Amino acid sequence: MYKSTIRGTGLAVEPLNEQLYAVLQAVQGYIYPNEVELQWGLLIVLYPYLTGLVAGAFILASLEKVFNVKEIEPTYRLAMLTALAFLLVAPLPLQLHLGHPERSFEIFLTPNLHSAMAMFGFVYAWYLMVVLLLEIWFDYRKDLVLWARQERGLRKWIHLALTLGATDISERAVAFDRKAVRVVTLIGIPSAFLLHGYVGFIFGSVKANPWWSSVLIPIVFLFSAMVSGIALVLVLYLFTGLVRRSLDMACLDKLAAFLFYALVVDFSLEILDFIHRLYEAEESISILSQLISNRLFLSLVVLQALLGTVLPLACLLLVSPVFTGRGILQLPGELRRLLYLGCAVLIQVGIFSTRWNVVIGGQLFSKSLRGLTVYKMELLGMEGFFMSVLLLLLPLGILYVLVKILPPWKEEAVTAPSVGYAGD
Amino acid sequence: MSAEETHQSKLPPAQEEDAPDRREFLKQCLLASPLLVAVVRIAPTEAEGAQGNGYQPEEHHYGMGIDVNKCIGCGRCADACKTENDVPREPFYFRTWVERYIITTEGQTQVTSPNGGIEGFPTPASERGILRTFFVPKLCNHCANPPCVQVCPVGATFITRDGVVLVDTDYCIGCRYCIQACPYGARFLHPTTRTAEKCTFCYHRVVNGKVPACVEVCPTGARIFGEVGAQSSPLNRFTRFNTIQVLKSHLNTEPKVYYANMDGEVR
Repeated sequence: MYKSTIRGTGLAVEPLNEQLYAVLQAVQGYIYPNEVELQWGLLIVLYPYLTGLVAGAFILASLEKVFNVKEIEPTYRLAMLTALAFLLVAPLPLQLHLGHPERSFEIFLTPNLHSAMAMFGFVYAWYLMVVLLLEIWFDYRKDLVLWARQERGLRKWIHLALTLGATDISERAVAFDRKAVRVVTLIGIPSAFLLHGYVGFIFGSVKANPWWSSVLIPIVFLFSAMVSGIALVLVLYLFTGLVRRSLDMACLDKLAAFLFYALVVDFSLEILDFIHRLYEAEESISILSQLISNRLFLSLVVLQALLGTVLPLACLLLVSPVFTGRGILQLPGELRRLLYLGCAVLIQVGIFSTRWNVVIGGQLFSKSLRGLTVYKMELLGMEGFFMSVLLLLLPLGILYVLVKILPPWKEEAVTAPSVGYAGD
Repeated sequence: MSAEETHQSKLPPAQEEDAPDRREFLKQCLLASPLLVAVVRIAPTEAEGAQGNGYQPEEHHYGMGIDVNKCIGCGRCADACKTENDVPREPFYFRTWVERYIITTEGQTQVTSPNGGIEGFPTPASERGILRTFFVPKLCNHCANPPCVQVCPVGATFITRDGVVLVDTDYCIGCRYCIQACPYGARFLHPTTRTAEKCTFCYHRVVNGKVPACVEVCPTGARIFGEVGAQSSPLNRFTRFNTIQVLKSHLNTEPKVYYANMDGEVR
């Protein structure tokens, strides 16, 4: 009848069939026959998760530059590098998921301008080239020149190359750099909104799917992006600060407070979305409530809402200085650090669940609104669990390299050529 | 050139005899080159006339009518479709399928489509408790306002000038966005080509003046294929004498598959 291998990959079709027969057994009610195969799996869960971290980290970094939040200055460069590291990995899950990865460049060559997805390449390129790289370059340029002057060997050449030949560090040139950073940040904030709001739009504009089709989705995505980005930078700052024994508690408190504000807005929007759906009670309400109580109870009610949102909200409200200079419960620094870490980790789990609930949840019910299906995750393979773990660890690896090349720590932003590179 | 000459002189006699043939061949190629140019010039115009049989897509606008009352749920349409279009036989890939609706006296609706209805449907254990039952053939609705075409990032899926929604499998990147965007579950990713697949109204048959395979084999004439809006089309007659509904009209996709005698329960 047809070849038993997947063209271009040499992979056998049989395992897929086995999996689909197993899904067929687990279907409840009626689903259209073509819905047995779940189209977007774990990799597509990663995509909004990763871009969310990028947008969130960048917006956090912008707070310092644009709104002059001095306390969080120690995290500025770390946040920028984090955004870059995650942005570099963000398109990989998409690429790996394509049926024909070798044709992906067609999106650039002949984009269908009516397609939300076609804009991905352009939004991505704009954000990477015009916003992140440019801002990081202007911000680091003076240090790159100074490092290149003091160092020897490979590091000297790497840093010299990264200056792109612009080695003028006169007062005027450095002032221009500062101005440029500010301008790019001003462009960057709407761009970060665009990047992640756009990812939300990809889902929110699918009118065929009542779980996705909502004008609130891009906005919910944005705020959850901020939440996840701030939480990630908080964890990274806490971790690197402890390792380097230079943790600024005021900075950490401020991060926790911002995390709280973002979480409040995010949670309010999600609740609004929920109440709105419940109140309108459209045709899809019955299947969607079955979806929540039946298929998404753990990931939505337990992980996303209770552990990922309500618990951290309560904890941050009590511990971090959200209203005044001090928290409601005045705890010693060490305990505060521990609680912040716990909250940030819970929030990461919660936001990952949010992405899961949108992407996978939106495919677990039939568009006939008459049945539920299941998602059988693979362990191995391109779309498997291990590949996803790898894609989640990869940005951390890239970040490690970036931090080695472009140390984001304040002490290493040399002002006078006194001491050589001290290592980190 | 000199290398070739030395090469030729060393050839065994049998192959030496071939040498003039080759020269002859090249000569003929040269003579035929005007023909080649002509073909290259004519090809695009021929392609516009589809199969070279004088088919003019602008003159057509296809749609399908389905009379729910006439469908007996034999599933021959779904079977013929798989054969005609080489659709994988597994029960997860269908360009067309048949659903059976059983509405109970309590007002509950049970829908089934075992293997798309290809092997028919199991007889209910008892008629007691059944208010009414009917079959609904499903396929791509070839929407005039198709969400699948809107979302395709590279424009691999498109509407032809004769109103059929097709996928260019040499161009599709396999992102599956169109499958998500289709409200009718009419698309799937072909497991071997890794590209989006769907009903083409048997375009290869239609441009040659035949009807789609599912229409051809339907024993009760439940499927009517023809021109939308044409005066003397069987489809026009069908839409004139029946009360017509389309699926999920609230989504404004403007389907061109028209159902007669369809129950409101059908989604």
